[in-house]
Amino acid sequence: MLKRLSGVLVGLGHRVTTGIWRIGAGARLFFYIWVYLIESFKRPGLIVREIFATGVLSLLIILVSAFFVGMVLGLQGYNTLQKYGSSEAIGVLVALSLVRELGPVVTALLFAGRAGTAITAEIGLMKATEQLSAMEMMAVSPVARVIAPRFWAGVISMPILAALFSMVGVLGGYFVAVPIIGVDDGAFWSQMQANVDFRDDIMNGVIKSLVFGVVCSMIALFEGYDAPPTAEGVSRATTRTVVNSSLAVLAIDFILTSFMISV
Amino acid sequence: MERTTIDLWVGVFVALGIAAIFGLALKVGNLTSSSIGETYTVTAAFENIGGLKPHAPVKSAGVLIGRVDGIVFDSKDYEAKVTIKLDKRYQFPVDTFANIYTAGLLGEQYVGLEAGGDEVVLKNGDKISHTQDAVVLEKMISQFLYNKASDNKSSETIKAAE
Repeated sequence: MLKRLSGVLVGLGHRVTTGIWRIGAGARLFFYIWVYLIESFKRPGLIVREIFATGVLSLLIILVSAFFVGMVLGLQGYNTLQKYGSSEAIGVLVALSLVRELGPVVTALLFAGRAGTAITAEIGLMKATEQLSAMEMMAVSPVARVIAPRFWAGVISMPILAALFSMVGVLGGYFVAVPIIGVDDGAFWSQMQANVDFRDDIMNGVIKSLVFGVVCSMIALFEGYDAPPTAEGVSRATTRTVVNSSLAVLAIDFILTSFMISV
Repeated sequence: MERTTIDLWVGVFVALGIAAIFGLALKVGNLTSSSIGETYTVTAAFENIGGLKPHAPVKSAGVLIGRVDGIVFDSKDYEAKVTIKLDKRYQFPVDTFANIYTAGLLGEQYVGLEAGGDEVVLKNGDKISHTQDAVVLEKMISQFLYNKASDNKSSETIKAAE
């Protein structure tokens, strides 16, 4: 009985200490990325290459999903708004929900799935094949050469992807509302422009996507850097990247929204 | 892939992103429509502002000419002091009338300015003294019911007299 109880306590203690250790190690990695800030921007070629891998290659999935999300918003919004006789407000509904919430959040979730997993698997495999240790042997810091460029690439790509998502989503909503349903073209845009504020809505969306970019890239990099150097370890780290990024994005979204919307 | 191809794609990507933010700002957002150039500030005191909010439009003859900058409660006169930023291009006489209207039946509230006949125009920091409060629906209904009741009473007394 006593032995079983102590076993439970040991398990609990182990989980807590591992959790604290991981937070500390993540913070240390984050700190080192900032230490190598100047060094990583001295070689912009590395960052450009990573922007290609994380940003440009994610374009297709982001744009296609944005168009569909916008079209669904248009259909669903029209269905409800028309009951209250205000179907012209469809433009406002589509634009506000995309710019404020869906743009940054859905982009971050897709980004975690499309680019985050790739980063984790790549760095995990680099670690498993001892490429990172080899770099250290040659007095090349893996943080400066491998981690930091991927981090900055993610931070730069995320707001761009989110802005494109919102823009294409609005076009998707327009496509459904104006040519298919037959909402007035002028009312669609003018109501939207009257109710979407540049600073309160669009810039807040950009700030959100920037924060999500930091969070998603950091989680993906840390999970890869921390992965046990085995095939199973890398696969588990990849899973954790998606799970942790998604949870972190949704939780941080709530916190940011509560700051941005003054009740 | 070759280095220049990657550079090209990243350049296209970043340019697209900047274009998207500009597109959102100009086509979706209010950066163009709310571009009121240089402004001057006037104040107006209302006994009741209803649901008027900061950034609400200020219109004259239906045209947007400014925005509500801030609303504070004045504890000396127990009134709401509304600060209004007006476009420098538009001058209003000092006896201009400021009303709070509602756009549509359930729409947002805005300030409507009706120009008076005075020669002297409003300057920065001036106060609009002629104001009319927002319509409060409950007050209107209770007044209507009160009038209706007194109408009935008076007609009854006439009947009784006959």
